[in-house]
Amino acid sequence: MSRTGVFICHCGTNIAAVVDIAKVVEKAKSMPNVVYVEDNKYTCSEPGQQAIKDAIVKHKLDRIVIGSCSPRMHEPTFRKMLASTEINPYMLEIANLREQCSWVHTDREKATDKAIDLVRMAVAKVAKNHALFTSSIPVTKRALVVGGGIAGIQAALDIADAGYPVTLVEREPSLGGKMVMLDKTFPTMDCSACICTPKMVDAGQHPNITVMTSCEVEKVSGYIGNFEVTIRQKATYVDHSVCTGCGICELKCPSKVTSEFEQGMAQRRAIYKPFPQAVPAKPVIDAANCRKLNGKAKCGICQTQCPQGCINFEDEDKLITNTYGAIVIATGYELIDWKSIYGEYGGGQYPDVINGLQFERLVNASGPTEGHILRPSDGKEPKSVVIVKCVGSRDPNKGKGYCSRACCMYAAKHAHQVLEKIDNAQCYVFYIDVRTAGKAYEEFYTRTLEDGAIYVRGRVSKIYEEDGKLICKGEDTLSGQTVSVAADMVVLETAMVPAAGVEKVATLMTISRDNDNWLQEAHPKLRPVETHTAGVFLAGVCQGPKDIPDTVAQASASAAKVCGIFSKAELQTNPMISKVDIEKCSGCGDCAGICPYKAISMQDMEFIEHGKKITRRVSTVNSGLCQGCGACVAGCRPGAIDLLGFTNAQILEEVDALCL
Amino acid sequence: MKYSYYPGCSLSSTGLEYGLSTRYVAKKIGMELHEIPDWNCCGATAAHSMNHDLALALPARNLALVEKQGLGLEIAIPCAACYSRMKYAIQAARSSEKERQKIEEIIEMPYEAKNDAICLLEAFAREDAQAAVKEKIVKSLNGLKVASYYGCLLVRPAGVTQFDDNENPQSMDNLMTLIGAKPVNWAFKTECCGASHQVDAPKVARPLIYNILRNAKANGAEAIVTACPLCMMNLDMREFEFNKAKKEFDIPVYYFTELLGMAMGADPKELGMEKHFTPAVARIKEAFKRPPEEEKPIKKAKAKVEEVKEEEKPKEAIDNE
Repeated sequence: MSRTGVFICHCGTNIAAVVDIAKVVEKAKSMPNVVYVEDNKYTCSEPGQQAIKDAIVKHKLDRIVIGSCSPRMHEPTFRKMLASTEINPYMLEIANLREQCSWVHTDREKATDKAIDLVRMAVAKVAKNHALFTSSIPVTKRALVVGGGIAGIQAALDIADAGYPVTLVEREPSLGGKMVMLDKTFPTMDCSACICTPKMVDAGQHPNITVMTSCEVEKVSGYIGNFEVTIRQKATYVDHSVCTGCGICELKCPSKVTSEFEQGMAQRRAIYKPFPQAVPAKPVIDAANCRKLNGKAKCGICQTQCPQGCINFEDEDKLITNTYGAIVIATGYELIDWKSIYGEYGGGQYPDVINGLQFERLVNASGPTEGHILRPSDGKEPKSVVIVKCVGSRDPNKGKGYCSRACCMYAAKHAHQVLEKIDNAQCYVFYIDVRTAGKAYEEFYTRTLEDGAIYVRGRVSKIYEEDGKLICKGEDTLSGQTVSVAADMVVLETAMVPAAGVEKVATLMTISRDNDNWLQEAHPKLRPVETHTAGVFLAGVCQGPKDIPDTVAQASASAAKVCGIFSKAELQTNPMISKVDIEKCSGCGDCAGICPYKAISMQDMEFIEHGKKITRRVSTVNSGLCQGCGACVAGCRPGAIDLLGFTNAQILEEVDALCL
Repeated sequence: MKYSYYPGCSLSSTGLEYGLSTRYVAKKIGMELHEIPDWNCCGATAAHSMNHDLALALPARNLALVEKQGLGLEIAIPCAACYSRMKYAIQAARSSEKERQKIEEIIEMPYEAKNDAICLLEAFAREDAQAAVKEKIVKSLNGLKVASYYGCLLVRPAGVTQFDDNENPQSMDNLMTLIGAKPVNWAFKTECCGASHQVDAPKVARPLIYNILRNAKANGAEAIVTACPLCMMNLDMREFEFNKAKKEFDIPVYYFTELLGMAMGADPKELGMEKHFTPAVARIKEAFKRPPEEEKPIKKAKAKVEEVKEEEKPKEAIDNE
């Protein structure tokens, strides 16, 4: 016969204002196996916890029910408390009387009835609880960072500085991501390259960091502390262990290709470094455009010219496998393809309608125009520039419903740069709202207004060319008038969207994505860098649009989480996982297919049946991978799988308590 | 190519030549147009600015008549406003059983929204019609620069009409290319012409027409092509009016069916083209007399690119080979 104690919490007035506590206490006293009932103003407080401990001793309780807030809030607190008593921490059930009762109801009588039912169910369930014990798994103290933009670089540096080895994987030929393309950063107007390139060099030279550029994650298996990751090193056709980065090959290469780094506004060669400050400062060959590799000509001139003999046209992709204890995802963003959705802005037919990243390259001293703002069409200096904000952002009909967060500020920066660099320039900014939440951001925006930028509150409805001018038609919603601006150049501040291929990364790591494909954090407020896969963390824009300071802060936060894991010799596992009754298992393997964490595998096992030795296929659960979701339990036809802590017997007991 | 045909009121009044040219071209290419018996006005702007139910019931009565006739054909509609109203009625009946029943009640006829409505331009833009048109062409417009003007109602709202791209439609441009004209790339393809507001609010509406003409002119158009009697009337009549004050525009306006008819060898009088305010016949006759457009030899162009590449090659590369 079990001895159950029930503790009902008032939670100040959070529960007590709606639920009649005295009545719940009274009813609980007559529930099966209950030997002691008590209420408390704040059960989670120090005296509240002590009262439970005392009652356990005094009334020889062997399991308890707490009627309080959601178990998401304080279940860990009470488990910890039980660890210091005679009772196993898993001999606890929590009836959620706050989030699922008092907070959502107003009728006191009905809420009280519901609270009694919730307590009755918990009492029934706890009677079937069994003691559960955590086990430990070893930790491989090596981290993998996916994505070599500022988020990935920062996370890698922080983990490496803490003394742990890091592999930094980047699919492009250089580290740097988007930040290194930018000209200046708001609100301080620091040169972006000047603050980003030293970090790239730091990462490249750090003894604890292995930089793997032109690489992509191919396969991930394992679990927190022990991820086995296969990385594809794409063929670069240049032996970087020998290459000195002299650059002769680039000068001699005859095929010219549009430069991705310069946003299509300049050319590079088929053997190239994306930009002069690239890390590693060594070239790769773009096989699709190399005449020798795509078979269009014999060429091979880079090979004959290379003084080190490091060009190898026979190079092939390599697969490298290693074990990592934790993974940081920092795959970043790209800009929305506005041309396919904004036909009213010309859909890309006007060369002088550019996006914000193209403007960054135009205004950048190392860009295609050496920092002079010149129109892509004819190389002339534009005197009148229109900036359109929220192109693709805050536009659920055509683009995305969300705000891309950084655009208000860099639009102000672009306006400032136009007015600063071009004499007698006029700059119009069309906006929906100006959102300047950030340190010194509002001041920066005000300064841009003082510079003379003309802010027009309204969307641009149409952009077309007439007599060599780009006519921007829109509405000034403050005066209620339609306006028409004849511009020489138009900058569209387009929405951020997750980088291409994010689906693959999310699938590999079994992490979820939101409706817009941003990677989903475990909790929007309290676990912003964790994912639902233990040991996988998020950094930067892959989780949602943000600016550089927020990206760097989040990267450091995820690094701290990784270091937290690495600081332990072993990790405790969650004991509330699936358990297979191999006697009942029919070996159908459905559970293995259902499991979203790849935690179930099939194994041949020997049994003795009717005095004969036979081999049968049964499923086994990897305790490190299982997250206790229970999908396999629902899918198991012979009913051979149970989720510890939520066994079928426990659930049925709850149902009976409510319905019988 | 068989359609039920709803000419609408304009085609027997201000848009007479649209009706004549449509009949001419349809006959030429073997497109059967079965006029709806006892059809009524679609309600146009007047109905839907006054009464929601009436605005659905007026066009729906015509659609119900098509069902009653039992031909099971799509309904081809030359006028953009009629087309828009029919589309709205079909959508209302298909998306809400309540609306459909209300419509039936008002028109006192069964209506199940069985048949689709398309605009006449869509009927001509389809592959079978294009192939038939191609066969019947006897004269080429020889590179006459035309601005294809679709107006707002053919392509908008996109969710209702579901026809062509709503910013940069191409169906009329393709037809024009077929008869040897050269569609210009201009920005006002789907701008509003002001519609009936040209009559009741000229101060507001006149600039709309002026801007359309100005953009067509700025992009080098020698003619404007329309697929709507109201767009046609507005452009044609107001251009004439503007020119009286100051001879600014020399851009005759045509229905696309008129140009198809001319290319098929019609007499302009057969098509009713003498009815235009801005004289329209001379420009076409002049285009017919132009020297034929040279077809660009594609192969040669490619060879040129190759040559440039050869020049680009640095000496070392050539030596290497």
